[in-house]
Amino acid sequence: MTAPPTDKETPAPPPSQVLLSDAKGSTRRGDKIFSGLSKGSGITLLLIMAAIAAFLAYRASIALADNEGNFLTTFEWDANSIPPKFGIAVLAFGTVVSSVVAMVIAVPIAVGIALFITHYAPRRLAAPIAYVIDLLAAVPSIVYGLWGALFLVPHLVGTYEWLDRYLGWTVVLSFDGTAPRSLMTAGILLAVMILPIITNVSREVFAQTPRLQEEAALALGATRWEVIRMTVLPFGRSGVISASMLGLGRALGETMAVATVLSPSALLSAEILQAGGGTFAQNIAASFGESGQFGRDALIASGLVLFVITLVVNGAARLIIARRKEYSGANA
Amino acid sequence: MKSQSKIRYRTAAGILALSSALVLSACGSDDNSDSGDDKGGSGESSAAAGGDIECGGSGELLASGASSQDNAVQQWVADYQAACSDVTVNYKPVGSGAGIEEFLNGQTAFAGSDSALEPEEVEKSKEVCSGGQGINLPMVGGPVAIAYHVEGVDELVLDAETLANVFNGEIKNWNDEAIAKLNPDAELPDTKIQPVHRSDESGTTENFTAYLNTVVKDAWPDEADKKWPIEGGQAATGSAGVSSQVKQTDGAISYMEISHAESNDLATVKLDTGAAEPVEATVENASQAIAVGERVGEAPDMALELDYATKEDGAYPITLVTYEIACDKGNKPESLDAVKSFLGYTASEAGQQSIVEVGYAPLPAEMAAEVVKTIDTLS
Repeated sequence: MTAPPTDKETPAPPPSQVLLSDAKGSTRRGDKIFSGLSKGSGITLLLIMAAIAAFLAYRASIALADNEGNFLTTFEWDANSIPPKFGIAVLAFGTVVSSVVAMVIAVPIAVGIALFITHYAPRRLAAPIAYVIDLLAAVPSIVYGLWGALFLVPHLVGTYEWLDRYLGWTVVLSFDGTAPRSLMTAGILLAVMILPIITNVSREVFAQTPRLQEEAALALGATRWEVIRMTVLPFGRSGVISASMLGLGRALGETMAVATVLSPSALLSAEILQAGGGTFAQNIAASFGESGQFGRDALIASGLVLFVITLVVNGAARLIIARRKEYSGANA
Repeated sequence: MKSQSKIRYRTAAGILALSSALVLSACGSDDNSDSGDDKGGSGESSAAAGGDIECGGSGELLASGASSQDNAVQQWVADYQAACSDVTVNYKPVGSGAGIEEFLNGQTAFAGSDSALEPEEVEKSKEVCSGGQGINLPMVGGPVAIAYHVEGVDELVLDAETLANVFNGEIKNWNDEAIAKLNPDAELPDTKIQPVHRSDESGTTENFTAYLNTVVKDAWPDEADKKWPIEGGQAATGSAGVSSQVKQTDGAISYMEISHAESNDLATVKLDTGAAEPVEATVENASQAIAVGERVGEAPDMALELDYATKEDGAYPITLVTYEIACDKGNKPESLDAVKSFLGYTASEAGQQSIVEVGYAPLPAEMAAEVVKTIDTLS
């Protein structure tokens, strides 16, 4: 999606086209201007990234210097009290847990939808489904948040009680019947939100499976499921992984939807069905308005951590894409 | 190529439009000072409705502080601006702590705060108030309502101890004996009680916990704090968040400014304070509680201390008093007139009546008159 220029390389054009463009010598000046412009855009992007990182690091260092707590292990976020004491333990835990829940739910479903659209659905059905998936991506996150808080939270009580009855002994899935404004609910909501991006990228990758390979598998007597297992899935694996990473990036940074659903607390609890928890972005959204200068610097420090985590996730996705460039889903 | 030239044309048109707009607005700003009289004329009717607004000063009047009084201040600003177009009042609801900090740094002309200045803050204010110090002017009160949502229960009476036990989790269900004893006529369901608290730091939390800690220390040993002292449970950000949470959760109960309970149509608890009748959370009852409060500030400072344990009839004890904080002497000369004019209006009878409709409690008349007198002496 946000692939740097190198990833945008399309396969070499057929020879006939190469000849044609060579013949047009008169557009050379336009070429120069265009390459200059695009180079400029690329450099601007790098400058912006560097500026953001420098700004975050500078402001964060101010706050971290006066922190009474341990930034990595303290649970509370009391950046505005005197002396300030704040740490990201609860936020990091909440961010990771809600994102992992979202991935566990969204990736299988997204792959299923992508396979259905590319290999099972009749063409008349495939196009509308793809369209609906795109629509999901266009819903603003605050709307997801409202839906989550007003619909999902009250309607998940039954499901959670059922989970508690059979799996409550695991502690992780215990539930006491109070409004489940929890990390699990946030994760389910995030799953819906990252479904479109994973589906779309996976769909593009699956659609690029070489026709000859599929036909070869069919010729060997494979059923449709076997064709998918032998050709489509191995071919698309790296694409699906990079798609998931893009989805994970969104889940990690999602703000308003999570802030609307979650009941914020400074408690680090393994009971992920129970109300409570926090994420980096949610905490920033909830605390920023009432923060003084120092409190904002502290929030920026937490933002820096999220920035680094997101960078690492995106970097990992890029690595996977780069390793098998010809199968890349980044062209989607 | 064709489309490109079209784009170029559009850009040119856009630039033209933009620059002409700039020219126009430049003219417009010139006009403003000329037509000041006209504006005053159109504002006259509302000024008459607002009463005696004495305009003074000019330019921008910067203030910041408590978000709990934001709605009242916005109401005042609207009234005031209609009459006095020369002054632009800009109040930012950044929270009491940040507001005081900005005032002490000299960034604002006055601060709004949920609590009176601490001694060390008074000391620090001597730097920004040359020859004087910061003083607390009580300006607006408000009842902190205990709103609940229990299907089939429209009226509920609780006393301080039951309230503390509900919020600390001792009492778990709505049909608990302690609640039933106070409400013999109500049909209490066997619903789980879900207390909701503010997740952000808030003067409302401080006020509510101060009440519990003062009146029933045994049941509520945690000292008053802006931050909710108990871990876990349901939480939400801001009064708006808390009230909508109560609205949608059967069995929920929380504390909030009365305006938020009213705008969400939530039932509120009547407090059994030991008075003849259980006291409802209304602006009148809050004013009554302020009236029986004690002045602890030395003149010209007017800091108050409310008696949470009051048994006065019709005095609702969980009442928030918010202050405006300015210098008694040594206010910045460029904003002094505007401060006196604006705060003079807010403390006036018209100003105090104007905020009742947005859910705030006016100061008792005597106290308001005293505040007006104090504001007159600011220099």
